[in-house]
Amino acid sequence: MSQGFDFSIAIGGAAGQGIATPGNILARMFVRRGLHLNAYNAYQSIIRGGHILLTMRVREQEALSHGDHINLLLCLNQDTMTRHLRHLGPGAYAVYNADNITPGEHQDGVHLCGMPVVELTGDAKNKLAQNTAALGVIAHVLGLDFEVLESALTLQFQRKGEAVVSSNVAVARAGYEYSSANFTPLADPLPQNPDPLAVWTGNDALAMGGAAAGVKFYCAYPMSPSTGVLHWMAKNARELGIMVRQVEDEIGVANMAVGAAHTGARTMCATSGGGFALMTEAIGSAAMMEIPVVFINVMRAGPSTGVPTKTEQGDLWQALGASQGDFERIVVAPQDAHDAFGTIAEVFNLVDRYQCPAIVLSDLLISEGTFSVPPDDIDMSPPIERGKLIRESNGDAGPYNRYVDTADGISPRAVPGVPGHVHVVATDEHDEEGILISDEFTNPIKRRQMVEKRARKLDDYFTRVAAPEVEGDEDAEVTLVGWGSTAGVITEAMEQLQADGVKVNRLAVKWILPFHAEAVTEALSGARKTLIIENNYSGQFHRYLRSETGITADGHIRKYDGEPFMPHHIADGVRAHLAGDVSGGVFVPDQEILV
Amino acid sequence: MTIELREKPLTAKDFKGKVDPDWCPGCGDFALLRATQMSVAELGLSPHQIVCVSGIGCSSNFPGYFNSYGMHTLHGRALAVATGVKMANQTLTVLVTGGDGDGYGIGGNHFTHTARRNVDLTYLVMNNQIYGLTTGQVSPSSSVGMKTKSTPFGNIERPVNPITSAIMNGATYVGRGFSGNIKQLVRLIKGAIEHPGFAVIDVFSPCVTFNRDNTYDFFRQRVAPLEDEGHDPSDWKSACERAMEWDDRIYTGLFYQDQAVQSLHALEPILDGGAPPVSHVPEAITQEQRDRIVRRMM
Repeated sequence: MSQGFDFSIAIGGAAGQGIATPGNILARMFVRRGLHLNAYNAYQSIIRGGHILLTMRVREQEALSHGDHINLLLCLNQDTMTRHLRHLGPGAYAVYNADNITPGEHQDGVHLCGMPVVELTGDAKNKLAQNTAALGVIAHVLGLDFEVLESALTLQFQRKGEAVVSSNVAVARAGYEYSSANFTPLADPLPQNPDPLAVWTGNDALAMGGAAAGVKFYCAYPMSPSTGVLHWMAKNARELGIMVRQVEDEIGVANMAVGAAHTGARTMCATSGGGFALMTEAIGSAAMMEIPVVFINVMRAGPSTGVPTKTEQGDLWQALGASQGDFERIVVAPQDAHDAFGTIAEVFNLVDRYQCPAIVLSDLLISEGTFSVPPDDIDMSPPIERGKLIRESNGDAGPYNRYVDTADGISPRAVPGVPGHVHVVATDEHDEEGILISDEFTNPIKRRQMVEKRARKLDDYFTRVAAPEVEGDEDAEVTLVGWGSTAGVITEAMEQLQADGVKVNRLAVKWILPFHAEAVTEALSGARKTLIIENNYSGQFHRYLRSETGITADGHIRKYDGEPFMPHHIADGVRAHLAGDVSGGVFVPDQEILV
Repeated sequence: MTIELREKPLTAKDFKGKVDPDWCPGCGDFALLRATQMSVAELGLSPHQIVCVSGIGCSSNFPGYFNSYGMHTLHGRALAVATGVKMANQTLTVLVTGGDGDGYGIGGNHFTHTARRNVDLTYLVMNNQIYGLTTGQVSPSSSVGMKTKSTPFGNIERPVNPITSAIMNGATYVGRGFSGNIKQLVRLIKGAIEHPGFAVIDVFSPCVTFNRDNTYDFFRQRVAPLEDEGHDPSDWKSACERAMEWDDRIYTGLFYQDQAVQSLHALEPILDGGAPPVSHVPEAITQEQRDRIVRRMM
């Protein structure tokens, strides 16, 4: 099966060298041609200096990961050349400023495309000239007419004025012409699909999912890699009528969210693991007071401050155990940006129905990745179901008991301001009227009643939330199990294995808690060899799966170096497991590209 | 011809909660509860228009004893929760009640930032200078030398000054009351509720069980109402000077008020022009809004 055009461009340099601008220009050029994009930015927690490598994979078909290869390396400094030239195979390109960067040892067949930047631009001072000249080279190598790049540059720089546009176009043209005279373009030029695509990051998708779901109160404390959600919300708040607040700490964030949600506003907040740890007591308070709030935890490598710019699936147990006590919560781990967008609206309907908190586990890979999306898929009018919410006086003079013990455990929820429904919600245990049974009036019978009432609310959960299903080959010799963000890369690994004749299928789990234990047990009952793939050291999901189903996997593929899986990491692991070549049952792939 | 049916005006009794306070007999908190009930009745408020938010501690049980919407939240977090309530529905009158440990100790960070933001809340701190519910440990407002279960040889840490802290952090209505003077409390609370910004009233509310130092008698001998001193509440320097006095004379009353600073919800652009609260606007966004967003992504 032809995979069609599939090409990865990596742009490397130091922070502050302007990697984002050529990245954005290329991304726009690709999605306007209807090509799919999956970009991963490997970076460091530094504002100036260090090393950044932005890998942009452009594909005729959907790109589910940032891929395995670098087909074109744009070196903005010597460090990038030194680190990554060796990763280029025959036919790949290295584009660099020959005035100050020298290539080293390289494989045969690599196109070394050095640009005499000062000679081309006549400008020895402008440090960004090499970036723009390189865009000219890349456009030529990809087989594009110069006009395509010219219009992209115009769009990018038009806000800065005509002079900036024309000087950038001139530099890019010099690069394009130099490349035409000196370098060999791709045999198969960049194709074009009929319909242009849009581009977003995972954090954009999470924020837009919230906006579509009717979030009217968003609060946060900045924390990588979740801050993009705050930025999107802040930028769009006025147009959409969303109250956005930056708060003094995540304890304040979570409690403020609880207060806002209690008034009837759909409320969301996002953070990363450390901030989430601070939020946890308030998550329990939302459960006890029965207030629906959506908490997003964008996981990064931990523990503690960990590696703020690197990815990990290390917070599963933190989410499962967030806050003291024994209470009902929803935990969901979206599989990609597109899925994250839709999941938020779904989760809001669930928390409104069940009057409980939900935790959405994203990670750096999803949240800070940049992806194409078909614009028609961005449906911002999902069904909005508020459950048993009372926001206006219904003429009912009472009596009103906030926590009345109904058949389904869900009590009508009046918000402050409604006449005839005055009540107190409390983090102390309380009875149906909301009167505390924690201090003076402790009562084991009432306590049991309230615990059971809250638990019963989720009884019909499994009728509303889809169970995961095995996808791929029937009679597979190996079944790959993953959760959250690994779904896409597992699928691409499967394609590689299938191309080699390996029969393989996958089970990608998204809805974590409550867990579809029966459905998962059934789905895995026929598996001949089960391998679990996780972006963590200890196999958090495996332990959870075992606790919920009793299933013990036959082997594991785990990565915990901060970088996400590439498809071949998983494929290699599966081959090693099938060959019986994995000691200790855990295959840990080597990360070849070091940032 | 229509006949207007006028409901009987509400009295303090109508703001009595579902249960009676479990405070120790003689606790200073009774007076603050009574004064608050009188204040809201005199202002003509109805229970459903008010949300009373508290944290944890003896005094934080307040919402259960007060007839209004209430939120009895986490220790130290009342101001954060109350900010969420007020900003999501600015039409509500939001009272925040709690103690000195809750507000100046574990909740100190929120106290600073709520003051800085000038959120339109009325914050009533029942300050007994001791941790009562945990049976008598030192608090952030305990005096130096005070012997408690956690400082059996005497407290060596200097106390917070709630009045100067509130003023310096940006609160725009700062007063001090005493459970022994309900009349003054009612005046302060009514002024605080009517004040369009963050109003803090630190209330000497003696703990008759665990604090043998700061008793009713201790305060009766010392309190000096600022009303009698010709103090100008717009003068923050004078307010701070008087708030620093703590010996044979301790001032009570309205220390500071600044009506020029706008409250957070008044400054919030999405609430411009009398916009409805975000708690009650339709959730759905329009197709035009969606199209504008998607266009920017292309």
